[in-house]
Amino acid sequence: MQITRRELLGHASKLLVLTGVAARALEKTGEPPAPGDTYQMADHWWGMIIDVDKCIGCGNCVRACAKENAVPDGYFRTWVERYQVTEDRDHPTVESPDGAINGFPPLTRQDVKSFFVPKLCNHCADSPCTQVCPVGATFISPDGVVLIDPDYCLGCRYCIQACPYGCRYFHPEKEVADKCTLCYHRITKGLTTACCESCPTGARQLVDLKNPRDPVHEFLRNNKVQVLKPQMATGAKVFYNHLDGAAR
Amino acid sequence: MAPSVHHFWHMSRFFRDAGHLVRPALVLLAGLAIFLLIRQAVVPKGFGRYGHYRPAALDLIRARPVAFAGQAQCVVCHTDQAQARAAGKHVHVSCEACHGPQDAHANGGDPVATKPALPDVATLCVRCHQKDAAKPRTFPQVAVPDHYAGVLCNACHQPHNPHL
Repeated sequence: MQITRRELLGHASKLLVLTGVAARALEKTGEPPAPGDTYQMADHWWGMIIDVDKCIGCGNCVRACAKENAVPDGYFRTWVERYQVTEDRDHPTVESPDGAINGFPPLTRQDVKSFFVPKLCNHCADSPCTQVCPVGATFISPDGVVLIDPDYCLGCRYCIQACPYGCRYFHPEKEVADKCTLCYHRITKGLTTACCESCPTGARQLVDLKNPRDPVHEFLRNNKVQVLKPQMATGAKVFYNHLDGAAR
Repeated sequence: MAPSVHHFWHMSRFFRDAGHLVRPALVLLAGLAIFLLIRQAVVPKGFGRYGHYRPAALDLIRARPVAFAGQAQCVVCHTDQAQARAAGKHVHVSCEACHGPQDAHANGGDPVATKPALPDVATLCVRCHQKDAAKPRTFPQVAVPDHYAGVLCNACHQPHNPHL
């Protein structure tokens, strides 16, 4: 029996391909979904609408978020900013005392344009934060929510730097990156987010962009909305209605 | 010549001629096997099923308990307050916007033991209705020090239907 070098290399490469396929097949097999769970990730694509003209800066959303998600003191998954814009527009005054968890001290001056802008994770479809994670601890779920796997995060803080909206923080006790989950534990049960639930004026609305009956489609058709920092091409899914160009 | 001897003769000749190829191939295969074993041990179960992450993380995040029960839960029992609210300006303000998270009260078993304390009117109303230039013009707001200072809001206004 003779075997040439060409034959041997051919057999070896076949074996390599086969083992690769086998490893891939092992990856794909996993546990089936839990019984009784009717939530289908593929049927949803979550986002939010924020109507700036309805926000009164009460801070209800910030308090609700902190209670719902046990957000540590001094850190915020959502916060409200108050803008004061003068005519030059280049340098608006932005305040957010303690993230507006206790609202704002009253603003009396009438000679500037002023408004509130609630902020939270924009759950970007092309999120810069998930792209930089070296271990796959942060990701976009199949239903469009940017999440962090707290058991897998190394705490390297790359994602915190990468977010152009400053929506991530380093959890002081868990020592992992932390952020808004769009109340993933609520929306997958048919509830709205804690911030939307507690917003007294309906300035925030959780929306499901994949649900054809969601009022978001009519809203987006009838209103001129924009996202924050569109030039970053993040595919942000928090749509602001009546947002002034000075907001960033 | 017996077939086994013939076979052995062939094998030994094969190893003599192609040993320089077989030996590195065996080393390569052994390395590959070790790599696959380590990979199997360290890569979490199901990693990559939906993307470059652990699918178990989704269940972990979903497992968090809910704090706000949601408006639909409140009105199941509190029909009188819900009716009073439905007739007034606070119709779109959810119960838990003022009363705080009440899942323990609504779904925790004994609603009496977890009955929530009444909100502190002195701070609650002011957070929304204190006059602020940044608020929308159409939103009802008062300069609190000039509006019956020292009198609690609910001395005149019923919170569930505040119009006088």
